[in-house]
Amino acid sequence: MLSSAIGPTEIVVATDVVPPGLQLAPLLVLLPLVGAAILLLAGRRSDRWGAWFGVATSAGAFAVAVAVVVTMLGLPAEERVVDHRLFDWISAGGLDVAVGMRIDPLSMTFVLLVTFVGTLIHVYAVAYMAHDQDRRRFFAYLNLFVAAMLILVLADSFLLLFVGWEGVGLASYLLIGFWNHRRDYAVAAKKAFVMNRIGDLGLIAALMLMFATFGAVDFATVFEQAPAADVALLTATGLALLVAACGKSAQFPLQAWLGDAMAGPTPVSALIHAATMVTAGVYLVVRSAPIFEGAPTAQLVVVIVGGVTLLFGAIVGCAKDDIKKALAASTMSQIGYMILAAGLGPIGYAFAIFHLVTHGFFKAGMFLGAGSVMHGMGDEVNMRRFGALRTSMKVTWITFGLGWLAILGVPPFSGFWSKDKIIEAAFVPVDGEPWRAWVFGGVALLGAGITAFYMSRLFFMTFHGERRWNDGSGDEHGRGPRDGVVQHPHESPRLMTVPMIVLAVGSVALGGLLAFGDGFVHWLEPVTGHAAHEDPVLPVWLIITLTLVLVALGVLLAWRRYVTTRVPVAVPRGSVLTRAARRDLYQDDVNEAVVMRPGQYLTRSLVYADRQMVDGGWMGLAGLVGSIGERVRGMQNGFVRSYAAIMLAGLLVVIAVVLALSGGADATDALTGPTS
Amino acid sequence: MELSNYLYLAAILFAIGATTVLLRRNAIIVFMGVELMLNATNLAFVTFARIHGDLTGQVVAFFVMVVAAAEVVVGLAIIVAIFRTRRSASVDDVNLLKN
Repeated sequence: MLSSAIGPTEIVVATDVVPPGLQLAPLLVLLPLVGAAILLLAGRRSDRWGAWFGVATSAGAFAVAVAVVVTMLGLPAEERVVDHRLFDWISAGGLDVAVGMRIDPLSMTFVLLVTFVGTLIHVYAVAYMAHDQDRRRFFAYLNLFVAAMLILVLADSFLLLFVGWEGVGLASYLLIGFWNHRRDYAVAAKKAFVMNRIGDLGLIAALMLMFATFGAVDFATVFEQAPAADVALLTATGLALLVAACGKSAQFPLQAWLGDAMAGPTPVSALIHAATMVTAGVYLVVRSAPIFEGAPTAQLVVVIVGGVTLLFGAIVGCAKDDIKKALAASTMSQIGYMILAAGLGPIGYAFAIFHLVTHGFFKAGMFLGAGSVMHGMGDEVNMRRFGALRTSMKVTWITFGLGWLAILGVPPFSGFWSKDKIIEAAFVPVDGEPWRAWVFGGVALLGAGITAFYMSRLFFMTFHGERRWNDGSGDEHGRGPRDGVVQHPHESPRLMTVPMIVLAVGSVALGGLLAFGDGFVHWLEPVTGHAAHEDPVLPVWLIITLTLVLVALGVLLAWRRYVTTRVPVAVPRGSVLTRAARRDLYQDDVNEAVVMRPGQYLTRSLVYADRQMVDGGWMGLAGLVGSIGERVRGMQNGFVRSYAAIMLAGLLVVIAVVLALSGGADATDALTGPTS
Repeated sequence: MELSNYLYLAAILFAIGATTVLLRRNAIIVFMGVELMLNATNLAFVTFARIHGDLTGQVVAFFVMVVAAAEVVVGLAIIVAIFRTRRSASVDDVNLLKN
């Protein structure tokens, strides 16, 4: 659908004329929002139909999205960027913000991804959460998330984007802590929430800077004036936006929350913490392209953050035994690729979004596969207790395997088309800084190799090798452990496997389909602009070959270590690096030592100062008044005559003072009068 | 006669009244002291009116008389009520309202 021959186009300025087909767009947000409201307000009454109602609103939003995209495809490329202004929101002095929707290829790509993957995961969750008492609340939160995410991507101003940004943060918090009766889950939710607040501060700072610089926060004005703005201000704004992106997308150094966020139900991990919400940071960077274009330093920092996170997540992924946490580390690493691409400038924007879309499919598919494994294995997540599941869970094995091939970047699966382009783009030289191409290209290349290793490790440990769970049969076959919970792995119901199959099909074909004739890149061109083709420092065929060789090496190594070698059920001690990676490279310890403990010390000393100085001062004053009152009380002795004596004495004092002040002579005059 | 003599008389009367109020325990006598003080003030007012040659002081004296009459009525009623309950007219016995 995207392969129609569109010529290269420059960035298109948004029009205010809304074509009839695009006027449906507000329904995109309204449907899931109303769904969430109904489910939350109806309470227990909606227990029976709540789940399917949630599916219906999400599917309805997807249908609207398809209608809008079809309309958009019917327009020439120059008319595909539309600002649909809905109503005035904030009108205060110099600030004038309207609620409106920016409908363009970029936002609609996100809308399609969110509503399509979201609907599939809603369907999956109907079966996955079938036995949960609070299923209705779960679907209400999922709908809330979809609505907030659509606000985020459809907003036409940074302020409205911020509303969606907070909305997805709230939904994420509610869903991570969905089983909040478990203390560690509730703590994980709080951790995610607090770390996201740091990112939000970045976004607020960016909003303030924009208002100070441009006097507006809507995309149209900001992007129009950005090229003429001061570089230092643009750099500050860009860095503030990057902080926001780091918080939401779990990028270094704000990445610590994502692993713990796996406490949420698996559909949540698939939708929010793999496919959509965590990629909002990438969206923010690509959307703010005009700001980053004017701030090369900020762009460089974006690339560095992406590169560091890419390796960080990959290394952590190599050591995790919890299947969901290993996938979370992989998500972090893959988003590192996207951020890196987004920092490369126009040559990277389209591929960042491209990888985001394919990643949304294959990673969501793999998370659903992990959920299916957990479903069959009694909620076991330790991969050392898996093994040989390919026989008992065929559909899960095949769909997961397709996702695995996609993330490895094996041609012709989806990941190859997007990830390989990012590696190529990283190798493109930058004028004046020849080291950049080699460093970032090398990092991206190395990341691909490590990715192959840890994803193969995950895949092999789960589905291949020998059985490491107790099947309850004793040791008659002479293998497999006899300790641990007795497991009866079984394939998941249709409702769960069908979404997995659909996502697996996407993992196989989507990349090639979108890459065909550079269709996806042309589709995004009205937003990202046309990037002139530049040759990387190495020939393209060599980069592809090197990548594939590294990937093959990674797979081979994983095969040797986790299939042909016996995997111990007990966790081996491991090397220094393994132990560090198991502990997330000590990210929590660093955060605790650098931020948390000084922060606690600061708050404690503030509390102490408050008690001692502020409270102490006022309490002391009150005590002083009280003790004076205590003394003075003795004067109220009940004897009328002593009161009278005091009154008389007071009167005499008053008279004496009056006489003294007015001067003796005058006073005598006043008494005796002028007649004398 | 020197008009200031009236003022000295008023001061002496006021002092006697005040001493009575402060020293005597019987509520009736204390009351009489108060009346003496009020009348001393009246005398001072009238004298000053005379000295300054206007009527303001005389008018105030009338007001004081009216207030004094009202005060006597209320005050005597209170004294009678207290005497009925406590069989005593001593102001030192009425000392519950303290501390």
